[in-house]
Amino acid sequence: MTDAIATTGLTKNYGRKTALNDCTLTVPTGRIVGLVGPNGAGKSTLLQLACGLLRPTTGSIEVLGERPGNGPEHTARIGFVAQDTPTYAHLSIAEHLRLGRALNRGWDDALARERIEQLGLDPAQRAGKLSGGQRSQLALTLAVAKRPELLLLDEPVAALDPLARREFLQGLMEHTAEHGTSLVLSSHLIADLERTCDYLVVLVDSRIRLAGDVEELLAQHHRVTGARREASSLPSGHEVVYQSHTGKQSTMIVRSSAPIEDPWWTVEQLSMEDLVLAYMTEAGRIAPARVLEGHR
Amino acid sequence: MTWLTWRQFRTPVGLVTGMVALVVVALVVARPALMDLYRSTGLASCTTDCTQEQVRDFLLRADDLAAKPLFWAGFAAIYLIPAIIGIFWGAPMVARELESGTFRLVWSQGITRSRWLAVKLLAGAGAAMLAAGLLSLAVTWFSVPFDRANDNRLIAEVFGARGIVPIAYAALAFVLGVLIGTVLRRTVPAMAVTLILIATVQVVMPTLVRPNLIPPKHYTGALVAQTGLDGGFEELMMSGDGSLHVIPRLAEPGAWVLSNRAVKADGSTFTGPYDPAFCGRDAGGPRRCEEWVLSQNLHQDAKFQPASRFWPLQWIETALILVVSALLAALTFWWVRRRLS
Repeated sequence: MTDAIATTGLTKNYGRKTALNDCTLTVPTGRIVGLVGPNGAGKSTLLQLACGLLRPTTGSIEVLGERPGNGPEHTARIGFVAQDTPTYAHLSIAEHLRLGRALNRGWDDALARERIEQLGLDPAQRAGKLSGGQRSQLALTLAVAKRPELLLLDEPVAALDPLARREFLQGLMEHTAEHGTSLVLSSHLIADLERTCDYLVVLVDSRIRLAGDVEELLAQHHRVTGARREASSLPSGHEVVYQSHTGKQSTMIVRSSAPIEDPWWTVEQLSMEDLVLAYMTEAGRIAPARVLEGHR
Repeated sequence: MTWLTWRQFRTPVGLVTGMVALVVVALVVARPALMDLYRSTGLASCTTDCTQEQVRDFLLRADDLAAKPLFWAGFAAIYLIPAIIGIFWGAPMVARELESGTFRLVWSQGITRSRWLAVKLLAGAGAAMLAAGLLSLAVTWFSVPFDRANDNRLIAEVFGARGIVPIAYAALAFVLGVLIGTVLRRTVPAMAVTLILIATVQVVMPTLVRPNLIPPKHYTGALVAQTGLDGGFEELMMSGDGSLHVIPRLAEPGAWVLSNRAVKADGSTFTGPYDPAFCGRDAGGPRRCEEWVLSQNLHQDAKFQPASRFWPLQWIETALILVVSALLAALTFWWVRRRLS
């Protein structure tokens, strides 16, 4: 079975600026993937490379077994909603659907119209007059009516209020479940994705920090607390992701496939948010507060 | 794609079409009165035997017709239409998509961006050429009496507002606007730069390029006085410092004169000094001065494009501008495919 996304040494530079650095990543199909990282980490670049809007500077990327941007047949298999959900402000909703119908061979017009109707939107309404949430829904409708095998959404809920956010994600989940679409969602807020994704990719500072099945990742990571000790005193096979020490006490986030049975330590399970935070903080640049801002 | 192109393009197209239609209708309405005068002065029926009096009569009486301001409006429309097309059709076409992010929407549909650009460029350039062609046809047709009377179809200002060259300039302006918009990625700066570049092309082409599209003809011969309405020379001017400025007449009706000098035996331009006994205030009038100049053993040295080259020059310039437009279009394709990804 081909992977949804497979990259090798994928690098993208804009002039001298590196947006994505030597990323090697495999994302299986049939998953709901959360692509998490702070603003400017390279999430948008990765998604645009995946849908063929950008070309790699070096390295390679394959999406659904093919190099993206190689022709309309491949583009038809990928749905993409760009950041800020761009739509043509002076075109009506109906005209957007007509655009989709004209430009996509596999366009499912019934699905598109049904979605618009379900959302209670007036097809004659101009896209420029829609609220942020309605605009996101329109952009998503355009992407899903292509009947893609893989749907890539770049910060789809960033502009939405909490209620619209939940509605949007709910609708999305229903659709993916119904049609068996693979889904990649990016966000700088883990809270947005915590309840939805079952596969996690953490991107910090243009590099992949962590990628894997959410349940496996959670089973492998532990927070250990105890009297002050150096990280090097841990047995081999334990990788310290993050550590902080006070005068008497040490707290560490440890990755280990085997359970930690040292009575010296108090071992706790991590939440997905703690896990992502640990990797972002470890990368050094990111203030935890910034990652926490969406946490309620 | 055709539908989308039309949907996004229809407002600016309507604007320019309206402008062209307005000018064309005005020209059609004003033309009968102009043609009546053209015939009644006998200018319409004379061929090589048209007299200076007929010409003068026609031009004087045409001043009172509505056709006269429209004659100038025709010039204005022809020289403005490339700028309007470049600014309002070309510059925003890609720039607005890049500016608003909608390129990410449309380029992730099931169509390649090359195809997307090809449809837009073809539609835009086609519409631009059609609009400019219609306008030029109307203006050229309307201006026939004036052009006959002035016998100057080849001089820079008139040449660029007649025949087929306006079609090529419209295409160039459109493609240039698209390219600048693609490179700058901002609509308003792209409009400004497009305007500047189009104006530059409109100045550079007639002054530096067009005179040499066909090597100009060279005339040398003994300086003689040609009969004209005001003396035997085009110009004869005495200055207080004793120098004399002479421009001979060139016996080439309708030619575009690029340079025309009275030269001395060594090839340098004759500038006097004049003999106060023949020329000057108390010397007995310009005739006497003319005779003195003719006795100075001078030659005439002129470069010009003869009237018969009107259509060859039109075709060459049109082809040249269209080739440049095609190169700019190719550069736009390259930019959209490589630089924007």
